[in-house]
Amino acid sequence: MSIQVDHVTKRFGAFTVLNDVNLHVREGELVALLGPSGCGKTTLLRILAGLERPDQGRIFLQGKEVTDQRISERRVGFVFQHYALFRHMTVADNVAFGLNVLPRAQRPSSARIQEKVHDLLGLVHLQAMADRYPSQLSGGQRQRVALARALAVEPKLLLLDEPFGALDAKVRKELRRWLRRLHDDLHITSILVTHDQEEALEAAHRVVVMHQGNIEQVGTPDEVYEHPATPFVYQFLGDVNVFHGRMSQDRFLDKEAGEPVYSNADPFDHREVTFVRPHDLELSTTRTIPTQLEATVQFVNAAGARVHLELESNESPGLIAVELTKERYRELKIQQGDVVFVHPKQLHVFKMPSPGL
Amino acid sequence: MHLVLKQPSVLPGFGLTLGFTLFYFSLIVLIPLSGLFVKTSSMSWEQFWDIVTNPRAIASYQLTFGASLAGALINGVFGSIIAWVLVRYRFPGRSLVDALVDLPFALPTAVAGITLTSIYASNGWIGRYLEPLGIKVAFTPLGVLVALTFIGLPFVVRTVQPVLQDLDKEVEEAATTLGANRWQTFRAVIVPELWPALLTGIAMAFARAVGEYGSVIFIAGNMPMKSEITPLLIMTKLEQYDYAGATTLGVVMLVTSFVLALMINILQWWSGARHMNQ
Repeated sequence: MSIQVDHVTKRFGAFTVLNDVNLHVREGELVALLGPSGCGKTTLLRILAGLERPDQGRIFLQGKEVTDQRISERRVGFVFQHYALFRHMTVADNVAFGLNVLPRAQRPSSARIQEKVHDLLGLVHLQAMADRYPSQLSGGQRQRVALARALAVEPKLLLLDEPFGALDAKVRKELRRWLRRLHDDLHITSILVTHDQEEALEAAHRVVVMHQGNIEQVGTPDEVYEHPATPFVYQFLGDVNVFHGRMSQDRFLDKEAGEPVYSNADPFDHREVTFVRPHDLELSTTRTIPTQLEATVQFVNAAGARVHLELESNESPGLIAVELTKERYRELKIQQGDVVFVHPKQLHVFKMPSPGL
Repeated sequence: MHLVLKQPSVLPGFGLTLGFTLFYFSLIVLIPLSGLFVKTSSMSWEQFWDIVTNPRAIASYQLTFGASLAGALINGVFGSIIAWVLVRYRFPGRSLVDALVDLPFALPTAVAGITLTSIYASNGWIGRYLEPLGIKVAFTPLGVLVALTFIGLPFVVRTVQPVLQDLDKEVEEAATTLGANRWQTFRAVIVPELWPALLTGIAMAFARAVGEYGSVIFIAGNMPMKSEITPLLIMTKLEQYDYAGATTLGVVMLVTSFVLALMINILQWWSGARHMNQ
């Protein structure tokens, strides 16, 4: 079902958790709410579920206002970070709960419930665990039970609150792919809250980046990664080198000043910041362009598919992170302590409304 | 079958601590209690049986165990509500109420008995309003119930409170999102979590009530066959230098209490064993 969030504001005491948030989610979409902890993403999810009430603004599900509707009437499935399974019930009873609490007139027969539970456990690959208690399952299995339990009531909307946050890296990755496949099969409109940018970029059709109660950018994973709308989005999605001042590819370094260029031409006197991704920095062992930055290699980590370097330069404060392909690294034959020349292939300049970041 | 008494542990001292436990337990509990049996065994079976089945004694058992059980169950209900309010809501004076719960623990039981009597007597604060309704509390079995409920309250509140505190709020929210109404959430999610602690609290309140003497004798009126509790009967026998008779009733109370405690333990184990074997 489609979701419309209309000018929603939520405060806890003096703290504004959500500041006039607007969002539209299309039917059948898998959308990730991405942001650091405290950005309001979980609160927005809880408001959609009806677990919290907005102070201002309205929520529409399928074009119908539900702001004042009770949780149980919204037909929303909610998956919690810490599973929230009923520990005194077996896996099968957990999954059947939503069906067993239906009013007698709507409740399926117990044989039908059993059948449905069996099917759902098949969907999450846990048929063999039906008679176990949650404490006898691993974290990943518990979360799959929680998901089957949420799906049992045939929700029109599936809300997942950091569903893989408490799991280890390998299991997260598996479950993330599995969730995406599951979504492709079921087509339930789903919202996934996460602080893990990799998770959001990999699992979701669209990513909503949130920061301090505001939505910074909405777009496909590709859009938000390649064309970040704000400095925050740029920084939050992937590693980044920050250079204070206006730069361009041919004017990365002001030769005369011997330091990164500041543009004084800006009429509004905003400070400007240049962002360069580590893999957008090109290295050479000799100076080929006059504006290259001279730096010393401080640290090399060649483990993994890509080689990560840390450089130090007299001309720019702070360490500069560089990511090279294995081939390029072998070509350059760089070692710790070597002097290299740095040049950006691609960069982003943002005006900063306030000093610092 | 191989019985493993000792599992390897980083902390030494299994033998020492077990030995101490047995020694201490014998000194404090087992030896005095066995004295009770030794004294009782000085009588013949007929004498023993006569005392045990004396109608006055039987009436006192009924009152003692009946009122104790009823008081414990009342505490089970209202103690849980108090614990719920104390854990779930923040209101002015909450910590004061929290402290007041312990009062029945700390108050000398005689003081509690006198206070309750003066309040529930036919000219007391509450008694005078109950009198026209035909309800007499002081000097009746109902008074015994009031006193036993009073002293048992902290046991239920204090055992249920920490469990409620640890209760994961998300579990309730999960039940709500799955369509459960408040009653279904309470019954299917909260009660099973509380149940073991609630049973412990009720058992402790019951055990405390069975042994209670001080507060009851003031409010009960102590009429034989009507409002006389077993501990008072024991006391009466002691005052008449009938030691064997007193210990006989003591044995009856001891055995009954032990059986009841055992049954509650089994019930607890049974309700706990169904889940949470983490």
